[in-house]
Amino acid sequence: MIENDKKDEMRFHYDVPGDDFTHAGEASGNVKKVLKQLGFSPDVIRRTTISMYEGEINMVIHAGGGEAKAIITPEKIDIFLIDNGPGIPDVNLAMQEGYSTAPDKIRALGFGAGMGLPNMKKYTDDLEIETVVGKGTTVHMTVKVD
Amino acid sequence: MLVREIRDILEAEIVTGETGLDYEVKSACGSDMMSDVLAFVKDQSVLITGLINPQVVRTAEMMDMRCIVFVRGKKPDASVVSLAAEGGIVLLCTDYRMFVACGLLYSHGLQGGALKK
Repeated sequence: MIENDKKDEMRFHYDVPGDDFTHAGEASGNVKKVLKQLGFSPDVIRRTTISMYEGEINMVIHAGGGEAKAIITPEKIDIFLIDNGPGIPDVNLAMQEGYSTAPDKIRALGFGAGMGLPNMKKYTDDLEIETVVGKGTTVHMTVKVD
Repeated sequence: MLVREIRDILEAEIVTGETGLDYEVKSACGSDMMSDVLAFVKDQSVLITGLINPQVVRTAEMMDMRCIVFVRGKKPDASVVSLAAEGGIVLLCTDYRMFVACGLLYSHGLQGGALKK
């Protein structure tokens, strides 16, 4: 899964399957293991993996899966989540705590409380969302290393 | 409190993680909504829940939790058990319902953790 390994930079790429909720979170779990092995602080590991996990879950729930990328350097961790789903019609509304369009079957699994995007914003230092209705969404999150 | 004390108090069955019974845990969170666990948990190391899907284990793993207690007699399937075993998370099953399970543990000294905004 390592794409290349430049000096002080590691890149990881994952396919996030959209048809199987049981596998959602595998990419985040893998990134967590890598960050632990690299010796990042528990706070950085936690903020990165929670945000990425929320993003992965969102891609599975709303977009039929997609791809996840992680670029790890000693200074920061960048996470990209890219999908070809329906896009987000109103990003400001989606950012509100408690707002969710998740179906009941997803709520029955413990998600869809409308905390995903707010959590991603809360735990990261930077969150950018590019979305086009009918085309897809790209989420870019950055966690800085103190 | 040790995980083995949780097992005793809740008369719980150990599903996996026998070797983790001597983990020391100080606080817990009771929820069937994993989104809320991700949003509000900070340093709790025990998750008490009635959900038994693999995302419960993944959520606990993300939050560095050591033990999951399944209430209401729920039993996780093999995929959930192996995921927990891989992550070194203790799984316990109890017949108590959520409110009573939380109450029993709280009354024995397990805390809820600091409020987090």
